[in-house]
Amino acid sequence: MTDSRRILVTGLSTYWGGRLAKALERFPEVEAIIGVDNEEPTVELERTEYVKVGAQHALLRRVVEAAEIDTVVDTRLVVDSATTTSAKAHENNVIGTMNILAACSGPSTPVRKIVFKSSTHYYGCEQDDPAFFDETMGRPHQPRTPIERDIVDAEASLDDFAEKNPELAVTILRFANVLGQDVRTSHVQLLSLPAVPMILGFDPRYQFVHEDDVVHALEHGVRNTLPGIYNVAADGVLALSEVAGLLGRPYAPIIPPWGTGIATGLLARLGLRIPPEMQNQLRFGRGVDNRRYKAAGFHYGYTSRETVNALGEHLRLHPLMRGSQPYRYEREVEEFLRWSPHVRSSRRGSDATGLSRDQLAELRRALSELTAEDSQATPAPAVVPPREPGPSRAPRERPAPEPRRPLQPGAPVDHYDDLESEEVISLLGSLEPDDLRVLRDYEREHAGRDSVLGAIDSVLARSGGASGVAPGRGP
Amino acid sequence: MREREPAVRAGAPLPALPPEQLREHLPGVETDRQLTDWGRSERIEGLLDQTLVEFFYRYWFRAEVQGIENVPSSGGALLVSNHAGALPPDAAMIAKAVREEHSHPRPVNITVEHFFKGYPGFSMLIPKIGCVAAHPANVHRLLFDEEQLVLVFPEGRKGTEKLYKDRYRLRRFGRGGFVEAAMRAKAPIVPICVVGAEESAPVFAQMNLMKRLTGLLYFPITPTFPHFGLLGMLGYLPAKFKIRFLEPIRFEEEGLHEDKGLVQTVAHEVRARIQEGLWDMLRRRKSVWFG
Repeated sequence: MTDSRRILVTGLSTYWGGRLAKALERFPEVEAIIGVDNEEPTVELERTEYVKVGAQHALLRRVVEAAEIDTVVDTRLVVDSATTTSAKAHENNVIGTMNILAACSGPSTPVRKIVFKSSTHYYGCEQDDPAFFDETMGRPHQPRTPIERDIVDAEASLDDFAEKNPELAVTILRFANVLGQDVRTSHVQLLSLPAVPMILGFDPRYQFVHEDDVVHALEHGVRNTLPGIYNVAADGVLALSEVAGLLGRPYAPIIPPWGTGIATGLLARLGLRIPPEMQNQLRFGRGVDNRRYKAAGFHYGYTSRETVNALGEHLRLHPLMRGSQPYRYEREVEEFLRWSPHVRSSRRGSDATGLSRDQLAELRRALSELTAEDSQATPAPAVVPPREPGPSRAPRERPAPEPRRPLQPGAPVDHYDDLESEEVISLLGSLEPDDLRVLRDYEREHAGRDSVLGAIDSVLARSGGASGVAPGRGP
Repeated sequence: MREREPAVRAGAPLPALPPEQLREHLPGVETDRQLTDWGRSERIEGLLDQTLVEFFYRYWFRAEVQGIENVPSSGGALLVSNHAGALPPDAAMIAKAVREEHSHPRPVNITVEHFFKGYPGFSMLIPKIGCVAAHPANVHRLLFDEEQLVLVFPEGRKGTEKLYKDRYRLRRFGRGGFVEAAMRAKAPIVPICVVGAEESAPVFAQMNLMKRLTGLLYFPITPTFPHFGLLGMLGYLPAKFKIRFLEPIRFEEEGLHEDKGLVQTVAHEVRARIQEGLWDMLRRRKSVWFG
């Protein structure tokens, strides 16, 4: 079905990049998923490798070539000017896109496919727009807001790239306004207000797409070869008054039709930010023709109406539910979980072929010595899991650590006492409950660090006596 | 209704898909909704239809309809009519005629100027009562994909702006964009002659200064406007309405719309038929008020 095996996802720390990487991890035929961004990921990832890059993605080419990436998914486009400054957005949207394309070009490039997440802001919102934009239509007017200008510029560089590199499949997906319970956009914020603000005398037409459908649409673009431009928007175009009705909220025509710019400036001071690209949309609205992507085999899970209803249900329930702790990326933990031979193979990505750092190897040995002390068992040898037969290219070898000296049961474990408490905690996840108990006793007798003891207890509590420490990971 | 040159051209060429295939992927109808994807509200339209439009159609204008069978019962069709009056009553009357007299009543989509979308108030109301902006893409989607009836006034603003002294003399028929749309969608054109609208809302003068001050499309002087205020726009005189649907003109062949010469010829032909029909109806009319 797909020829995409080695995938690079840009914008891994954005909501979309993270969710897409997670979704792609489910497919066994995908060998490698590499996510790049300048910030740390915000979702738990099982086997996606995170590489930190600068905002301009200048060194991306080396990553692409070294990892023999065949598919690049670019999810990093900023389409909501409320999220960042326009200078940063420009840097990311225009310069970043140029550099990513540069990383994919060249005669020897391994890249065969590019999937680009764009926005229906490409079309703008004007008085003389058609009721449904289709992909063959250009923009009737020059872009008026910085974000729209960026999107048009970014797409222009993609067109240019597609023309010069006809052997690459370039897919551009233009997404309508996204709603969902996890994603934060200006529109979600607007619709979360006690009343839906509107421009007096206007009832714009709106089309939405559910956050899950966005991920599925990106996935569909990766798993199929679909060169060209596609609108992604759910079936059904709603009037904003209808949206307010579905959410069970009144609509408040508080923005005057004339002097809208001044009024939104005042509203911004009161804490209600209406970004410029949204002002035009609140006035004229927009509908797009979504049939082409459906014809390409994509199925939407939600209509626009169902998307709004889902958001409405979430907004009603949200104040009653206690939010769970947001995920925080910790590099050491992630690297340990990926690369340690002590992580049980059922929980490990199939392509983990070695260890990450010498230091980690050392820490691991120290702990295994410690646990062996009690159980009288030999330490688990540094296992290099059997190599996957699939990939033709040889994975880069990583040195497996050699035990420096034979284990002496009962001997004091000097390694362990040298460890910082954070280092110990970072390794707890790989241990069996029995080992943990041993470790806890040892720690209590020797250093007695509260942080370590607390961490061991919490890991034990989470595992609940089960055989493995299995924090709910993966889909 | 003409294709505007886009400011930003569309991007990479797309894989060609047969348009029939795309038709299968039209969004389904969600029965819980009160609005269509075009923003049309059955509720508001029905309310207006049973009150104001009903009153004008039956008792005020006493509309008389000929040749309603020329409107096809299924498939897309482009209704083309002459256009007159300060707040033109002809569109609502034609739509009402199809609803009342036809054996298979269908909603009529009335194309209007883009202006209405940008004017507060109108922008809210106009789509709800079944009007769509006169954009070629809109007309094509309605005619070809959704197979609906579309009513266009090729005279456009030139028709409603014209003064009483020029009544029943058709203005230029745009650039033939409507013919192109019908040919592209392979939908028949049904020419329509409306007599009575000119006398029901005569325009004596146009005030350009007021037009500019109010930002409206035009600012006419009629028997009741502006001295009776905005409601004066609805102060129609009780002229007798006669609506005649002419024989449809059909386009079966593929790609006719690319022949600009043919498009112009057909546009002239449609205009000539409507003009002839109008002269014929006026010749037989004994009284402006009683028909």
